[in-house]
Amino acid sequence: MAKVKIKKQDTFIDMTAMSDVTVLLLTFFMLTSTFVKKEPVQVATPASVSEIKIPETNILSILVDKTGKVFMSFDKQNDQRAVLEAVGEEYGMTFTPSESKKFSIQSTFGVNIKQMKSFLALPEAKMDEILKTQGIPTDSVDNQFKVWVKKAREINPDLRIAIKADQATPYKVIKNVMNSLQDLKENRYNLITSLKAVSEEE
Amino acid sequence: MAQTKTGKSKQKKFSVRVDFTPMVDMNMLLITFFMLCTTLSKPQTMEISMPSNDDKITDEQKSKVKESLAVTLLLDGDNKLYFYEGIPNWEDPNALKETTYDANGLRAFLIQKNARVVNRVRELKVQKRNLQITPEQYDAQVKELKNGKNTPTVIIKATDEATYKNLIDVLDEMQICNIGKYVIVPIADTDKQLIQAATTGL
Repeated sequence: MAKVKIKKQDTFIDMTAMSDVTVLLLTFFMLTSTFVKKEPVQVATPASVSEIKIPETNILSILVDKTGKVFMSFDKQNDQRAVLEAVGEEYGMTFTPSESKKFSIQSTFGVNIKQMKSFLALPEAKMDEILKTQGIPTDSVDNQFKVWVKKAREINPDLRIAIKADQATPYKVIKNVMNSLQDLKENRYNLITSLKAVSEEE
Repeated sequence: MAQTKTGKSKQKKFSVRVDFTPMVDMNMLLITFFMLCTTLSKPQTMEISMPSNDDKITDEQKSKVKESLAVTLLLDGDNKLYFYEGIPNWEDPNALKETTYDANGLRAFLIQKNARVVNRVRELKVQKRNLQITPEQYDAQVKELKNGKNTPTVIIKATDEATYKNLIDVLDEMQICNIGKYVIVPIADTDKQLIQAATTGL
């Protein structure tokens, strides 16, 4: 008899408390999260002791990878679309609404404007693959990067420029980007770094 | 009576317990998703103002730097760092001194060069910690000190071989050593020759 009773004893664990905890955690993560932007190239930012946080809105981020490819992204999709249209105009191109819509949802962009149309016609998965090998031309003959920044500034005057570059990027590339910005009289900008443990002198 | 009572309680006991296990499973899944997809810490940034590229700026508008207070840093490839003070004797290969990016190299030199400001800032820091001054007062005073007279001015010049990390490291040192006046300028041919002379002379 006693044996039977033990067998019948419930193994049912009350999961309510557990559920409470998980819901709490979930809420926390949902509220604090800002999604990681998909970046076409892996960039390891250099460490710095600077503790200024980057502002959240009105950011034009410029991504520079080791080999000097330049990509850009806006935090607002509307801006991104408007800038595409403005730049297209500069190069005598018009984009259909579906093309600019597709462009505006891209997290990062960076292709030669002349290939933009054919690029936007590609399927999503293919786009990511191709984007890695592209980049906005920054050479002095056809400095499309400058046009992009100029148009971006015209469309959103409050824009802050943030440069995110790989720590192994040669200075030559950075100099080129900085010079382009200086030519546009964009003399104040942010350099994105990661936090280094402060080794205070004391 | 007793019978009815027991009957009722039996009905009540008829499990109102909901099994929360699937709920917990789902929550865990969502938490994992959010944890993996978020950046909790916003990236750090460094604010920087570059001199204007404008050619129209006349010599009078350019701020002159006292020779004795000027330090020029030359960033070369292979993590090499050279510096000279004031205007060097261009012919002399020993005018250029080599230093390193670590705490005993450039930092030690700059702190010694900027000793007055560094010491004052340290005092202020202590005062702030003891709540003798407010953080606002502290910021204002540090700013005043940094931009005060007779503080060294650092001129940063990088060769094309230097990396972005080198640049950030140097900018970091400016912050650590409380140097308010620094500028990034393109490297001159004379500087390149100086590096050449120093490296071949060694």
